Order: sequence, then C-alpha cells, then structure tokens
Amino acid sequence: MKQASKTTLALALALGLGSAWAQKSASEGIDEYRAMLQDGNPAELFEAKGEDLWKQKRGPKNASLEKCDLGKGPGVFKGAFVELPRYFADTNRVQDLESRLVTCMETLQGFNGADIAKTPFGRGEMANVTALATWIAAESKGMKFNLPYSTAQEKTFYEVGKRLFFQRGGPHDFSCASCHGEEGKRIRLQDLPILTKNPGDGVGFAAWPAYRVSNGQMWSMQLRLNDCYRQQRFPYPGFGSDATIALSTYLGVNAKGAKSVAPAIKR
Amino acid sequence: MADPMRIRAQASGDKATVRVLMSHEMESGQRKDAAGNTVPAWFIQEVTATHNGKQVLAAEWGPAVSKNPFLQFSVKGAKAGDKIAVTWKDNKGATRTDEATVS
Repeated sequence: MKQASKTTLALALALGLGSAWAQKSASEGIDEYRAMLQDGNPAELFEAKGEDLWKQKRGPKNASLEKCDLGKGPGVFKGAFVELPRYFADTNRVQDLESRLVTCMETLQGFNGADIAKTPFGRGEMANVTALATWIAAESKGMKFNLPYSTAQEKTFYEVGKRLFFQRGGPHDFSCASCHGEEGKRIRLQDLPILTKNPGDGVGFAAWPAYRVSNGQMWSMQLRLNDCYRQQRFPYPGFGSDATIALSTYLGVNAKGAKSVAPAIKR
Repeated sequence: MADPMRIRAQASGDKATVRVLMSHEMESGQRKDAAGNTVPAWFIQEVTATHNGKQVLAAEWGPAVSKNPFLQFSVKGAKAGDKIAVTWKDNKGATRTDEATVS
C-alpha cells in the first residue's frame, strides 16, 4: 500500500512537472532552437559565394555584374533588396530581385536568360542566381522595406498579386489566404504569418532568402512561392513569371516598414 | 576546389571563441537518388585547428554530421592578432585550409 501511494505521488509529481514544461509553447521552443542556429547560419556560405559571383568575370561576354542596375543605379546593391520588386523602364517590366539578376546576367554577361529560368532550383546557373540574391539581400539586412510603388505598372502588379493571393483553386480549393489570412495559424510547428498586412519585422517577405536546416538548401523567394504553390497542389508557376512577381509586389508593398532579416534561417 | 570556410575568432578574457562554418555536402551514403542508386558517402573525416601554427584541436568526423557543418570551440590563451587555422579532409581526399585572425 505504502509502495502504491509512493508511486502515485511520483506520478503526480511527474504530471505536475509535465504541465510546467507544457507552458512553454511549441513555437517558443522552435524560436529557441532558431536562436541557437542563428549564430552559425550557413547562409553566410552562400553570401560569400554570391559576392564572389558578382565580382567575377563570367559568361560568354566575360564580364562581371558590377554594372548591374538593381533599381538604384548601375552597381548599387546596398538597399536594393528592400525596394524590390519595382518597375524597370529598360525591360518595361516589374521585376523582382531574381528576375532582375537574370536580366543582368543576360545583358552584361551574355547568358541565356530563358535557359536559366528553366534550370531547376539549386542547379547550375540557377544556384548562382540564388547565391547572388542571398548576398544582395544580406547587404540590406536591418533596412526597412520601402517599395517605390508609384508607377501604373507597379499598381497593376499589386492588384493582380492581391487577386492571386485570394484566388482559390486546385484539388484542395486552397488560396494563399487559406493559410496566410488569419492570426494564429500554423503548419505543423511553423507559425504562419498573416500576409494581407505587415506581419512585422523579419517575418514573411522580410525573411527570404533563407537557409533551410532540414534539407541544407538555400531558398530564394521564387522557390518559396514555388513551394507554396506545390503545397496548394497548383501547377508550378514559371520562374520569374508575372504571377510570382505580382505576388511578391503584393507581399512587398504590404511589408512596408518591416525590417529585413534576410538571409534568415528556417527549420 | 572546395568553397572557403567562414571562420570567426573572438578573444574574451584568457580565451578566444572560434566559430567555423564549412561548406560541404556531407553525403551520408544512406540516401538513394531518383534512379534508386545509392548516393556514395562523401563527408569530412578529419578536422584540425591550429593556434599560431600549434595544433589545438583534432577531431574525427563521420557521416552523421550535418551538411554545411558548424563548429565552435574555444582556445585557451589566444589573444587578438593571433592566427587560427582550420583544416578539413574528406573521405575522397579533398582538403581545405582557411585562416582567420583573432579579433
């Protein structure tokens, strides 16, 4: 009998302890884990690679990207990331960072942009575009998003992006808004930011490119959107397509004032 | 040639904390590719570190270490201006050495 009560006491203690532990929410646990990883974010390796690629003479024209105009004038990369996507008069298109980098690789270095766009993520020149985007993003770390959003083209892209965000479809009848339109939603242990408004500093649009610890891959915004569509069971959107840039414009304009932490580190 | 490492070494008190990021695939040899063939193991096997040329760390690593590994250690007696060099060698015989100055 005495033994039994002892066991009960031990059990009660264990349960009590258990509930004390449970007070720390799952997302707090994840945050702690991320903070531990932050110190050695392997995105730094991609930053170094991207910086090298920017300065290196490459491609059929054997030129560097140092004259590339990312919206703030040829060769200006500081602060360019937080002002993209934007309208470019020379291409007569609204472009995001990655599609703009491909334009520069085409015009300055002589690469075939269409071939790069067809390359799977993480391979060949596409991996180089991601590394370049990682470095350019890192050069704007801590700056606040402030897309120009002044031309008619940019306004059209914003409106189209908004429609795409709410457009439901696919076998699950999902839209971006199904997961990113309400407070307190998550997929497994990952909190999902609300992207219909500014989700805050370093969240959502202000966190990508990011290094994915679980698969050791560097993920650009284009890949992020591509995978969101995969999760919705939509067909993959084309790399640098108007649809992905319209969505980026919508997210970027909404994120106005949010501090960029990119390149971030994710689970 | 393998991509460079990122080494940061910071002195505080009588020791310096060294943080190293290595760029390596660290393929475990347990995975299969799309065609069902085993992806051969390819991982860092030996890691050594020196402080002003004198060895202060030697480690044997295996395929369980993550891709793009991060290593942190502290070196007693290291002060600002000292040189910390880290070398890795993988199971294919490739090797890479990078050096950093303690700040």
